[in-house]
Amino acid sequence: MKKSREPFRFFDRVHLTELTGIKAKNLKELVDILKNAPDSIVYYHTHHFLEEHHYLTPEPANDFAVWVSAILGDEVLGEKLASINAFEFPALGALRERIVNVMGEYISSGQELRKAPEGREFYFMKWVSVILPTPYAARDLREFVEALRKLSLGSLYFHIFESRLRLGKVTNDFSVWMKDSLEEQELAEAIEKVDPYTYTLEGVRSQLIKLIERRIK
Amino acid sequence: MKLSDYEPIVGKGSIEELSLLASKLSGKVIQNINSTFTGGGVAEILSRMVPLLSELGVDARWSVIKGDLAFFEVTKKLHNALHGREEKISPRDISVFQETSRKNIKELELYGDIIFVHDPQPVALVERKKELGKNWIWRCHIDVSSPNETAWNFIKPWVTQYDAAVFSAPAFSTPLPIRQFLISPSIDPLSDKNRELSQDIIDSVLSKYDIPSDKPLIVQVSRFDYLKDPVGVIQAFKQVRRSIDCRLVLAGGTATDDPESGKVLAEVQDKAEGNRDIQILVLPPGSDIEINALQRAATVVVQKSLKEGFALTVSEALWKAKPVVASAVGGIPLQVKNKFTGLLSHGIEGTAYAIKQLLGNPEYAKWLGQNGREHVKHNFLITRHVKDYMVLFLTLGRPEEIIYL
Repeated sequence: MKKSREPFRFFDRVHLTELTGIKAKNLKELVDILKNAPDSIVYYHTHHFLEEHHYLTPEPANDFAVWVSAILGDEVLGEKLASINAFEFPALGALRERIVNVMGEYISSGQELRKAPEGREFYFMKWVSVILPTPYAARDLREFVEALRKLSLGSLYFHIFESRLRLGKVTNDFSVWMKDSLEEQELAEAIEKVDPYTYTLEGVRSQLIKLIERRIK
Repeated sequence: MKLSDYEPIVGKGSIEELSLLASKLSGKVIQNINSTFTGGGVAEILSRMVPLLSELGVDARWSVIKGDLAFFEVTKKLHNALHGREEKISPRDISVFQETSRKNIKELELYGDIIFVHDPQPVALVERKKELGKNWIWRCHIDVSSPNETAWNFIKPWVTQYDAAVFSAPAFSTPLPIRQFLISPSIDPLSDKNRELSQDIIDSVLSKYDIPSDKPLIVQVSRFDYLKDPVGVIQAFKQVRRSIDCRLVLAGGTATDDPESGKVLAEVQDKAEGNRDIQILVLPPGSDIEINALQRAATVVVQKSLKEGFALTVSEALWKAKPVVASAVGGIPLQVKNKFTGLLSHGIEGTAYAIKQLLGNPEYAKWLGQNGREHVKHNFLITRHVKDYMVLFLTLGRPEEIIYL
């Protein structure tokens, strides 16, 4: 089994939710604020539920879709927003553009804009991420899969989602290491293809373990 | 309780994460300050939180301000007004608040590197920030989403002197010149109020309060406070009772900083008089096992508050896998995701309708309850709360959005 010169070091990520004090009471306000909001706000509202509700199958949709459906009572637009697949977007800017476009088209179509009741407005929030080293490291696939079993969900989340979308890497950290350090091109690509948005976090872990174990055998 | 006791519930990874964060806070003293050591959710959380932080090696301490009955009557008014209730805050009230605050500012020893002030009662202590420096955090546990303007404008000049404010629900935030964070409070799964109980203990509590197990039981556990709407619960119950035979138990205690609860209790007892299916239980402090048993004995748990901070009684009920009907106020929508982890209601009729849905569909009620328990396990247990506070302490003075430690 090939060993890498530099071990893969696992990091953990914990986060704190920061409130902006900004809120929208209808779709027009939502889209106007979103257009100029920092990436950290887009990231929070399209990802936080993946951690908070990771036990629910199916997982609830992104915050924009949930608010439009449940609070504004517009299930058609809600469905359109829920079906935007974040996995297809290489960066948060492109994801934001898609969301803004879907909302913009709806507003242009002249649909009646409903107002959220007081207290149920859309509250804009963002994440402050704190990245910490963990004691886990791996030089080969066997060590890697053993560590993968023990990782906190925050750690798994960091290497899969955060590194790609927030730290601007092309793909997830695991695939990068497997390609560059172990020359495991095929496995790296198979891991890249696992859409983390369609599984719970534990489901992602199981998929990765399965792929790596198959390779080790 | 020891941290290792939580490992079977939250997993080894979560406990290791706490130790890692704690190691980064070495040498810092965290001084929590509130208005009472006993009664109410804040004191309950601190009494659990401080020992756990200490075990992790974080030097966390707890001080309380001093105040007489007149001061607490004013702070109760202020509390209600910040929740949006119409209250007349007189110049005399303002002078009572200022006078007591002045005494506390003078007498309370402020030794923390991080001064963590809870709720409005001690808010004025921040006047010493200029002299002492340090990091100051104001932790607001109440719903300030639509406050009485006079009350909010009264405390705002103090709030804006803090380095950061922490709220329990997104709707409580408002544009402020300081950073604001969202941290949900939590319950302790190993406390007497939440730990597993044997059926014998549950039965003995029911027998102690003469509650027969012959019918479905609807329970609301709350202080006797207008904002918890106990009278509204009785009205909703009476609507349910027209078509489904069931019982209602309203159980609550009192807190040392709430002089109004006696009046509310008298009104509730009056409304319930003559109805043998309604029982009003006034529980003395320390009745945690009794509350636990009542929640576990409930068929449906209700929290029909008009305003809420976070409503930890909802977390308690969800942790016991109980189907919950609760108002969509304060932090409740964070806990009750409608039709996923419970049912949200908006009025007396809606509450009655939701209770009937649950009593009539036990399988659905069970599914909601189980989802509710999972939701609390991942988001509202004390270990997550300890983690959030440590991250908050580590974030102070760091403006960047991604922090490497």
